Amino acid sequence: MSTLLRLDNLSRDFFGIPAVRSVTLEVPQGAVLGLVGENGAGKSTLMNMIGGVLPPSSGRLFWRGAPYAPRDAVDAAEAGIAFIHQELNLFHNLTIAENLFIDGFPKRFGLIDRRAIAARAGELLADLELDATPNTLIEELSPGERQLVEIAKALHREAELIIFDEPTTSLTPRETKRLFDVIARLKTSGKTVVFISHVLGDVAEHCDHLAVLRDGQLVAKGPIADFPVPEMIRAMIGRELSGLFPDRTSIPQAEIVFAAEGLGQSGVVENVSFEVRAGEILGLFGLMGSGRSELARILFGLDPHETGTATLAGARLTGGPGRRIAQGMAFVTENRREEGLMMEAPVAENLALVTIDRFGRLPAATVDRAAMREATEKMRDKVQLKAADIASQPAKSLSGGNQQKVVIGKWLMAGPRFFILDEPTRGVDVGAKYEIYALADRLAAEGGAVLFISSEIEELMGVCDRIMVMNRGEIVGKFAERPFSDEAILAAAFREVAA
Amino acid sequence: MSVTSLQKDRRGRARPPRFGSIPRKAGDLILSDFFVLYLSLAYFLVLVPFLPTLTNPANLSNLLSNMWPLLVVAVGQTFVLTVGGIDLSQGAVIGLTSAIAGALLATAGSANVLSNAPIWGVLIGEEGGALNGVPGAVWLGIAAMLLAGALVGLLNGVSVAYLNMPPFMVTLVGLIAIGAFAIWLTQSENIRPLPEAFIKLGKGDIVSLYLGPQDEPRIPRRQVYSFVTWPMLLAISIAVAAHLLLSRTVFGRYVNAVGANRKTAEISGVPVRRVIVTVFVISALCAAAGSILYSARLEAGRPTLGEGAFLLDVIGAVVIGGTSLFGGRGKIIWTVFGVFFFVLLSNTLNLMNLSAFVIDMVKGAVILAAAILNVLRTRLIQERTA
Repeated sequence: MSTLLRLDNLSRDFFGIPAVRSVTLEVPQGAVLGLVGENGAGKSTLMNMIGGVLPPSSGRLFWRGAPYAPRDAVDAAEAGIAFIHQELNLFHNLTIAENLFIDGFPKRFGLIDRRAIAARAGELLADLELDATPNTLIEELSPGERQLVEIAKALHREAELIIFDEPTTSLTPRETKRLFDVIARLKTSGKTVVFISHVLGDVAEHCDHLAVLRDGQLVAKGPIADFPVPEMIRAMIGRELSGLFPDRTSIPQAEIVFAAEGLGQSGVVENVSFEVRAGEILGLFGLMGSGRSELARILFGLDPHETGTATLAGARLTGGPGRRIAQGMAFVTENRREEGLMMEAPVAENLALVTIDRFGRLPAATVDRAAMREATEKMRDKVQLKAADIASQPAKSLSGGNQQKVVIGKWLMAGPRFFILDEPTRGVDVGAKYEIYALADRLAAEGGAVLFISSEIEELMGVCDRIMVMNRGEIVGKFAERPFSDEAILAAAFREVAA
Repeated sequence: MSVTSLQKDRRGRARPPRFGSIPRKAGDLILSDFFVLYLSLAYFLVLVPFLPTLTNPANLSNLLSNMWPLLVVAVGQTFVLTVGGIDLSQGAVIGLTSAIAGALLATAGSANVLSNAPIWGVLIGEEGGALNGVPGAVWLGIAAMLLAGALVGLLNGVSVAYLNMPPFMVTLVGLIAIGAFAIWLTQSENIRPLPEAFIKLGKGDIVSLYLGPQDEPRIPRRQVYSFVTWPMLLAISIAVAAHLLLSRTVFGRYVNAVGANRKTAEISGVPVRRVIVTVFVISALCAAAGSILYSARLEAGRPTLGEGAFLLDVIGAVVIGGTSLFGGRGKIIWTVFGVFFFVLLSNTLNLMNLSAFVIDMVKGAVILAAAILNVLRTRLIQERTA
């Protein structure tokens, strides 16, 4: 098998700090190369150099054996490299066909030749088995379909190498399966794929080769058969992880912290009742669209409910988030970029946001900045944040795992009794996942109650005391006995889908 | 299918321009809070040799007196921009409250001028405005102006926060409707005379300078240049209070948080809607306070005050200062320097004897430059934190 792209001693510094250190790697043609590494290991920087977004500090690239030095993304696209980012680069207000041709419309009499672009787009969509007309607006498509459009764009530009950065994070299981089918087909048609993911099971199953980055260095590479998942993890974090999950340090107590009784909102959730005890982590499993995040929003007072009650330590919960926070609730949402963080604001501002009113001094509620600094520094240590200068560093400069720790930290500042974690480990690497599980355990050990929402069944089985399953807005199963059976849980989750 | 070629897109594509890399020191300067002040001073020093009148005491006094009312209004706009909104209705509030001041405070009324106005015989007659002769009239009149402003602000804020209407739409409607209402009230006539106690607020010298020869037995009034005035004291007090409010208080953090990410703020328990309403009320109150200074300086209630390019001056000054149009980043100190720069710019362009059209064209170009500078700043911040 010939080499499509060769990286020769490639390095990149940011202000003297190396992000990628002399990486030498061959990307074999017509195969799927898996690229794994913790957040901050240098995966994105490496791919940005290939994609022409960043120039290397030193080292060279060879494309089909010839030196290749892209000046920008346009150069890379012309060479035949397509980069499918985690955040897709599509215009939501334009149609599929318009998106495909956005960098150069075929014209007829000076006007866009709509028939030509629709015909070409139709061919591409048929190739990818995307069931939509070329004139469908992107905003009408699901995340999985949008991704296929992005792939169609790559094929339209005759890309030879397609790089996928975390392509499955926002996909449903079904869409994920379809994506892997497409990748397999790309491979058969001779295309080369680089697949970056934190879901190591997917990497093991769908890649031919593996490259592992750690601290900017290539620490392992070879055929995928040499890397069972535990071996991948060992290479990524450079040490043996005693397990994927920390041991639980507390057991549920008798005291009921949170109780929901017959919560209902037509079309969203129906007759939801459950309770969470002090020291307990209650898991909530459900597929996308099962109503789990909608339930969380209702519990937190962000959305209304028509029937039922929710109580915290015996007191009925009313009002919006402000009042529920005062009563002792906390909510880590599934979408930290849009709902969890002020990305441009310094880390310290983010940490202080929930509790900022507690730093106000009379008469005009001036912020006690010394107290705030002290409290945020303390929280930085408590959640083991890897950030040097939290007073000036913006949240977006942190890696995904550390961003999530900021979100958890800002809630810990308020000392809540009932914690809702909605997909807290999404887009977070193995090491940071472990730390987030340990934080959840500590919340429970300190007498708190935790509702842990996830679509990863393994992590629920690893950290929760009980697991309940949601399907179409209803609680359809509760599992109290360890060890949990993933088959039983999945059966409950799929119950009506299968019927 | 005809000869349309799909290969056409492979040719002649424009590449986005790349900035050269900026030296670290220059970057520090651009990111400094005082950058616009340095820029203004440099501009001033460069122009002094060419425009000797620039440093005349008369001109400096004039320059300062132009700065204070604009600063008061711009401070209010800073809050709205920081929360991620925009207030286009400030000019209309200024016109409305100025008309109200005239209608309530005028010491006499002229039927020749005002008999067609709907307020004639209701709020104002031959014997003056409704409050003429009432003890403490000036204070009651000011209270009425602020109240009217606050009501407009409340209306704007509630529409934006509770009805989820875009601030641009809401305040554009305000700009048109309230501006027209103010003009209708007086049928576009100015109302004068206003009481001396009110007019004093617009000029009232506290420290003035006489720079002529000392042997004159009587100093001509026009050679006395006022520097410390009531408008100055008022504007500086408002700016200082606003600075503390925006940068040092819980409320100020809320304003920044809502501007930075409204969803995050809401989930974190920030009373987002109350914050938005308050910010629009502050903006309208500042406009009303600016109206006091403008009306007093003009010695008349004038419904068309704050029309036309005035809004450009306000938003331009705030944005030149560095406050982001997208919210989440705003400082009163930036606005102070932005206003200073804008007033200096207008002043120098006037001294160059340019026509009003040329002046507005140059102002537009400067706002464009400010926008480019803003992009540069954002890029610098991103580079430093990448």
